[in-house]
Amino acid sequence: MSNRLAVSLPGLNLKNPVMPASGCFGFGREFAEYYDLSLLGAIMIKATTPKARFGNETPRIAETPCGMLNAIGLQNPGLESVIANELPWLAKYDVPIIANVAGNEMEDYVLVAKEISKVENVKALEINISCPNVKHGGMAFGTQCVSAAELTARVKEVSKVPIYIKLSPNVTDVTEIAYACEKAGADGLTLINTLLGMSIDIKTGKPVLANRTGGLSGPAIKPVAVRMVYDVCKAVKIPVIGMGGISCAEDVIEFMYAGASAVAVGAANLVDVYACKNIIEELPKLMDELKIENIKDIVGRSRQ
Amino acid sequence: MQQLMQIKSNNELISGIFEMVFAGDLAKEVKEPGTFLAIKVGHGFSPYLRRPISICKVNGNEITIIYRVQGSGTKILSEKKSGEMIDVLGPLGHGFNVDAAKGKKALLIGGGIGTPPLYELSRRLQNTAESVTHILGFADASQIFYKEEYESLGKTIITTENGSAGIKGYVTDALKEVGEYDVIYSCGPTPMLKALCAAMPDKELYISIEERMACAIGACYGCVCHTQDGGYKRVCKDGPVFRAGEVML
Repeated sequence: MSNRLAVSLPGLNLKNPVMPASGCFGFGREFAEYYDLSLLGAIMIKATTPKARFGNETPRIAETPCGMLNAIGLQNPGLESVIANELPWLAKYDVPIIANVAGNEMEDYVLVAKEISKVENVKALEINISCPNVKHGGMAFGTQCVSAAELTARVKEVSKVPIYIKLSPNVTDVTEIAYACEKAGADGLTLINTLLGMSIDIKTGKPVLANRTGGLSGPAIKPVAVRMVYDVCKAVKIPVIGMGGISCAEDVIEFMYAGASAVAVGAANLVDVYACKNIIEELPKLMDELKIENIKDIVGRSRQ
Repeated sequence: MQQLMQIKSNNELISGIFEMVFAGDLAKEVKEPGTFLAIKVGHGFSPYLRRPISICKVNGNEITIIYRVQGSGTKILSEKKSGEMIDVLGPLGHGFNVDAAKGKKALLIGGGIGTPPLYELSRRLQNTAESVTHILGFADASQIFYKEEYESLGKTIITTENGSAGIKGYVTDALKEVGEYDVIYSCGPTPMLKALCAAMPDKELYISIEERMACAIGACYGCVCHTQDGGYKRVCKDGPVFRAGEVML
């Protein structure tokens, strides 16, 4: 019997469409204490920059209605350490890795993409031009068509594996950026990154986060994400990995109807360590109820 | 592990401070005092995150926690009735090094709602330490809880900021009352921990620290702190207990 959950995207033949989103899963070590990572469709590992980064000061987390703000600031051990320690450790699992690439300058992206795409278990790159929590780089590249396209082209030139551009929702028209990335050679898109937000402590009158602003994630942003996935899938031909507040199997189906070829689960992992595992296990039952034979058949069906 | 545990009791000890006991196999996983639990207080998405709460006591398959109602999450927790189930993840993090006080004089210093993890620590030290002394600091007499419980485990000195009970002042003002001690374990507000670090720079001092957390398992890097050597530690995974001087307060 064929696998009802299997999906195929450039560089990625996935046993199921569910993967943890970058930044919400570290490099998988902490979750491996709770379940076998091989059951995941893929893993989007934490953003990697050329050199180790500490990130922002604390508090980095603020709880909000049906979600949370974070301002981690791309903390990571740096390219060398990720290649030497994290990726070899992940290689013992039967799961493709999508490496999230970040930096301050365009050259940082090019350097990380070139080196990390050479690693055997890295099957695709996710180019993070949408982090709202860093002063330089990040979202600055992803909110203008020209810079997004230039960066896409430069990274595409050096990468050994397909590249997916991670889009920011903090723009006037996300479809313009999506189209620019597609034209510049992107193999796929991932969206949405977090929505820029702020929370103020009314006892002190000051923002809760040391960084003042942070990225909003969790179920609160799901309708925004579904709408953007829907619009982007209409505007481009390349596949989309959808994300934004996914917490259950129903949400996966909703994103795939909107046009996503696969999905990523973010903040839900922080609330329930078993979030991805539970979603994957619940999908077949839900598909039975909805009379969906193969999950890949429903991609984009909401537009028909 | 993550488990639905059954609430056995949930009582208000003093105004705003609750003691909850719940049961399940997860209790048997608790190896070290000072480790903590991440509790999902409600169903659905509100409040969204788990609440990190320290373990006060472990008895067979029962765990006791003590918490202060200070927001929407702990408010919901305070309204739970015995028989209800709560979703508990834990035990998490690294706790107090009990062996450090083997055959030595242990001094346990706690402040306010930071005192609960010291209770289980004191129980574990009963058979291994030469002696256990407690200094417990509170805002005023009305805020004191678990005094008798601590007194049953060793000499207990109370301090209050306004002098309405015990010694007037802070826990550091009681240090001269305790005589000799070898190893100090502490948990409480950051200013208290800073004062202790400054007051006893040459002592073997362990501190349990607090930070806003999201995942509580070390994956999200929401609760990191700087170390003296320029690196970092995650409070939830590498801590919450550290050797004084290891991390910057």
